[in-house]
Amino acid sequence: MTDPRVTLAGVEFAGPAFTASGCAAAGKELAGFFDLTEIGGVVTKSIMMRPRSGRPTPRMVETPSGMLNSIGLQGPGIESFLANDLPWLAERGVAAVVSIAGETVEEYAQLARILRNEPDVKAIEVNISCPNVESRGQVFACDVMSASSVIHQVRRNTSSTVPIFAKLSPDVTSIAEIALSCHNAGADGFSMINTTLGMAIDTDTLRPILGGVTGGLSGPAIRPIAVRNVWQVHHVLPDVPILGMGGIATGEDALQFIAAGATAVSVGTMTFHDPSAPLRVQQELLGLLDERGFASVSEAVGVAHRGGLV
Amino acid sequence: MIQADAEILSVRRDGAYYHMSFAAPGIADGFRPGHFVAIAVDDAHILRRAFSIRSASTKAGGALQIIVSPKGPGTQWLVRRRAGDIINVIAPLGQPFRLPTEPVPCVLVGGGYGVAPLFELANQLRARGCGVEIIVGAGDAARLHGVVEARRVSDAVHVTTDDGSAGEQGRVTDPLRRILAEGRHPAVYACGPMAMLQAVSEVSAEFGAVAQCAVEESMACGVGVCMTCVLPVIGDDGVTRMVRSCTDGPVFFGDRVRWSEVGTVPADTLGSPEARDD
Repeated sequence: MTDPRVTLAGVEFAGPAFTASGCAAAGKELAGFFDLTEIGGVVTKSIMMRPRSGRPTPRMVETPSGMLNSIGLQGPGIESFLANDLPWLAERGVAAVVSIAGETVEEYAQLARILRNEPDVKAIEVNISCPNVESRGQVFACDVMSASSVIHQVRRNTSSTVPIFAKLSPDVTSIAEIALSCHNAGADGFSMINTTLGMAIDTDTLRPILGGVTGGLSGPAIRPIAVRNVWQVHHVLPDVPILGMGGIATGEDALQFIAAGATAVSVGTMTFHDPSAPLRVQQELLGLLDERGFASVSEAVGVAHRGGLV
Repeated sequence: MIQADAEILSVRRDGAYYHMSFAAPGIADGFRPGHFVAIAVDDAHILRRAFSIRSASTKAGGALQIIVSPKGPGTQWLVRRRAGDIINVIAPLGQPFRLPTEPVPCVLVGGGYGVAPLFELANQLRARGCGVEIIVGAGDAARLHGVVEARRVSDAVHVTTDDGSAGEQGRVTDPLRRILAEGRHPAVYACGPMAMLQAVSEVSAEFGAVAQCAVEESMACGVGVCMTCVLPVIGDDGVTRMVRSCTDGPVFFGDRVRWSEVGTVPADTLGSPEARDD
């Protein structure tokens, strides 16, 4: 049987499947569906410094094999997260990958400094797909300088034993260029991909459907885009771990990501369809790896770059 | 709360709607009126559809009944299922209606297929000695649901339609106002379109009655992880938050929901853009 354990930037996790940020709240709601300690870990909804109401409704539009969302990072703020959510995960032995988001470089640095004192944080995912209020709302992840300055600040304010993963946006001309600069700035790995920006219009009112006008497209519709992005980043940085995601619904989908270069995967939008999906996908993935003769997940990472199964 | 593959027992057309019944082992036991079920539909539509549970029987391993209004591709797919087909369901979900501790007279108000959860609610209220009057309303006669069933489970039924094609022409708040004016009914229960719930809450407040409303917000997951189905609700501490109708609702006290601001983030909401700029 394939060993389920995976190591991401020096930290070992129990399995190769994780939840995805924004698709699992802080984990508690999914505990009724499967044992959260069996998967790699819970990637939390992005935590910000202060409570945040999010955007007006409608926040969601179903689209072919996917959905658009404009939630707007609704959340309780880091104080409440540390008082309620992180202890809940830690008490149950669930590996917590904490996603952080900010509106300024300094906000990310502040969040990192606060999390530095939290031994239960296994890794940090830096959600850089937020508008930078200091740069006319330009999304950090879409600009080499902004992305790398956020990563640099988070890295220098985080304990060296806690890896930081830059969450990359596919809405860029060259994902490899962004990845290289984030890596140079100190990213230990990448989480990819975030949603890709989309929009839908109500044909009765002829107005945008979403309260936020535009929204992030996710689900199986974006899976080929995600696999391509993982492939391209693994190609230029083959030794840097990638947490791959984008419309993963089955073990076969997950295997595509592993073969393209992901060390582990996150199951996001499909959790809305099937709240048990993260564990199911993990079991299916491990079964497929076993059938193909892989003793560990890591043996299969990036195998598509090496001529596949020989 | 249980996630299960459920066998469809029957799908039956009833006017503009469909009755659907499916085997739900273990789920019926935990059911309280106001709970809902989230059902996965075809593979092309990845989001679950949420339905008020109309009734639950514990006989023969347990079964749930829902009312489906086939207005979109997911619900149209669902009503094309046949007995023996399997659907994946999660239930019971959400916060149910709270029942009064004293045997008091209650008014139940249902708009369109929103009347679905009220029959079992009426049964449970009457079992506690509460008097039950039910108001059933809809745009027109074709979209009225459950008038006969309502008569079976209540002391009196009032029917309204916007166009007068059945019952009294007007809104559900017309008979509600008359009933509450008697001054005997401290509790109102409602399920239906948001505009109706707002009107029911306002009339209830006017007469000092406590309204509980089961809201219909569009949901993506139904289990509390997606943050799609939020609306502005005033908490016990007086602070407005954007709360999830799937886990904090779908039943809310009518005087706590900022009905006229649903679809917006009121400026004084915790964490609103305005509040963050202070």
